[in-house]
Amino acid sequence: MIAADAIVKCLEKEGVEYVFGYPGVAICPFFNSILDTNIKTILVRQEQNAAHEASGYARITGKVGVAVATSGPGATNLITGIATAFADSIPLVCITGQVDSNLMGSDVFQEVDVSGACESFVKFSYIVRRAADIPRIIKEAFHIAGTGRKGPVLIDIPIDIQKAEIRKFEYPETVNIRTYKPTINGHAVQIKKVIKELNKAKRPIICAGGGVHLSGAKEELRKFVEANDIPVVSTMMGLGALPTEHFLFYGMVGNNGQAYGNRAMNDADMIIMVGARVADRSVSQPDLITENKVLVHIDVDPAEIGKNAGPTIPLVGDIKHVLEEFNKATITADYSLWIDKLDGYKDDTQNASRRKRHMYSSTLTEEEINALTVNPEIFVKRLSRAMKKDAVYVADVGQNQLWSCANCVIREGRFLTSGGMGTMGYSVPAALGAKLGAPDRQVVAVCGDGGFQMTMMELATMKQYNVPVKIVVLRNNVLGLVRQYQHFTYQDRFSVIDLGDSIPDFRKLAEAYGIRYQQIAAVEEMDSGIEEFLADDEATLLEVIVDPKLVV
Amino acid sequence: MSEVTNKKVFQILVDNNAGVLSRISGLFSRRGYNIESITAGVTAEPTITRITVVTSGDNDIMEQIEKQVGKLVDVRDIHELKPDESVFRELAMIKVRANADQRENVIALTNIFRGSIIDVSNESLMIEITGNSGKIDAFLKLVSGYEILELARTGVAGLGRGTKNVIYLDKLV
Repeated sequence: MIAADAIVKCLEKEGVEYVFGYPGVAICPFFNSILDTNIKTILVRQEQNAAHEASGYARITGKVGVAVATSGPGATNLITGIATAFADSIPLVCITGQVDSNLMGSDVFQEVDVSGACESFVKFSYIVRRAADIPRIIKEAFHIAGTGRKGPVLIDIPIDIQKAEIRKFEYPETVNIRTYKPTINGHAVQIKKVIKELNKAKRPIICAGGGVHLSGAKEELRKFVEANDIPVVSTMMGLGALPTEHFLFYGMVGNNGQAYGNRAMNDADMIIMVGARVADRSVSQPDLITENKVLVHIDVDPAEIGKNAGPTIPLVGDIKHVLEEFNKATITADYSLWIDKLDGYKDDTQNASRRKRHMYSSTLTEEEINALTVNPEIFVKRLSRAMKKDAVYVADVGQNQLWSCANCVIREGRFLTSGGMGTMGYSVPAALGAKLGAPDRQVVAVCGDGGFQMTMMELATMKQYNVPVKIVVLRNNVLGLVRQYQHFTYQDRFSVIDLGDSIPDFRKLAEAYGIRYQQIAAVEEMDSGIEEFLADDEATLLEVIVDPKLVV
Repeated sequence: MSEVTNKKVFQILVDNNAGVLSRISGLFSRRGYNIESITAGVTAEPTITRITVVTSGDNDIMEQIEKQVGKLVDVRDIHELKPDESVFRELAMIKVRANADQRENVIALTNIFRGSIIDVSNESLMIEITGNSGKIDAFLKLVSGYEILELARTGVAGLGRGTKNVIYLDKLV
């Protein structure tokens, strides 16, 4: 047996179902050996998408996603995808081919130090020097990627090592990395303290982050807040932790969040951050969440606790475990006055937004705009409401992302997006990976015409492997969020944001890739268009015409 | 955020993996932590390396350094070597220009500091001096009247006093 055989055997042992990748000479031994397994391979059209697809797959299945690329440019193309996964703590194992180990360091053809390049945004990386180490390294890589605070792990394997003989293959049953022992169980004393504070609190609020999804703790969270009537807000990554129309959910926080969500955070006397980083976009002034408040910070990564705000009660542990412990406790406090107050905030904001004439900075009247284009906020609301209960909504990056987070109705489904890195073009490949991970669920990617053109080559992958993803392109012929920034910051001195009127013709593009095309160009077409779009399970590209002058 | 800047010495025990030193120094540089000195050497257990880092910053930064370094997969342990519970040593090799007339004087100074002369030429002396950083600084100040041709300092190595904070390597393996 050669090492490449051992690698694919290890992947089989890890229960890998799909490998997203792109071959090249330096990874050919691997792709040769994979033919002898039941692992399905997906040929992406650019390596970055391999990592995004593996990411979408990992987020929906809860398993570790696998992306494979060759040395040099293959590896560097993969990098944006790895960094995107790192920023959102998505578990990936990325395998790259490397030039012959005897030639490493001599700048030969397609050589690049990928582990050096990725050092600051992988959870760990390996350069394999001995074929005999492969089973241990792969076992460790999956363990590191999928436990504690999850994240991408890189394994760089020189081609001569892939071809080297392995005398005896034995896949280790257990992992013992003496330097890596993540804390899973929350400390009992700290848990008791939180419960005690909750009993004293008058206005507590839970801020749910992406950690709730990563730890698979949605059920536990819901049980806890419903049993004790504790209101919940979320970060962008935490959206969907509680259904958006749940009576205890008070919106997304942060500078792109709902005003009533932020008001709730400011007025609370106790904030429980659950798997949220206290990052700049969700909590722009960390001092405010500690001022005159009890701050509880629960995270599996101790380094996140106290990084941006010093908590009253730090609590290191896996969210699911901690919430299970919370669920065993009794809370006698009554927060109904607080909830009434929050409901008032919510009504205030919603009335205000209804009163707001429109969000246009356009010379056209509202009626004229409605006749020519579609209001994206209303569109997102109607689309997500028409989607199946457990559907997966994948938002891209830009104005479309902000419209999506503010208006998407999430019930039992998921909301995926690139929150930490804000990587344009994430939605289409991530949706593809998600659909492969959950073939029975409806998966809809919603992107702008900028982001779509960064990854539209994946339409070919979608067609080739018959992955019926629904894609919405909100078309405004402009890089909207940058336009908006230039509108406010540079007084309409627009620079390098124009995508060209009607270029490309998305109808022809879809046709060229053999994907069904549909368009919604005016308000009155919206409901019937959405119904038609979601009616079956066939890959469809839906172009929605949006006014370029909108601001979020 | 506290504004008090202080200096701390951290002892880090790591798996002796390829690239571990670069991972640690890279983490310091990209997060903007200051390194005043860093030394590394293998311990009695050949698969474990001890790294001693002298760093400075406010208390929040110190806490982050400890957490971020501790989080690295190949780091086994990081803790502060507190000044009153630890012993620190640094070695310096100082080459000064000294002719036959000046030699006596330099040797006398070296003896006071319990240093030793480890190389002599017609025009120069090489001095080895060991001690905490303060002692070396003091010695350098004393010989600053002479021309220092070359200077090599190892950076600080340190160990905690007594048996209280010993990390037994055999338990790590």
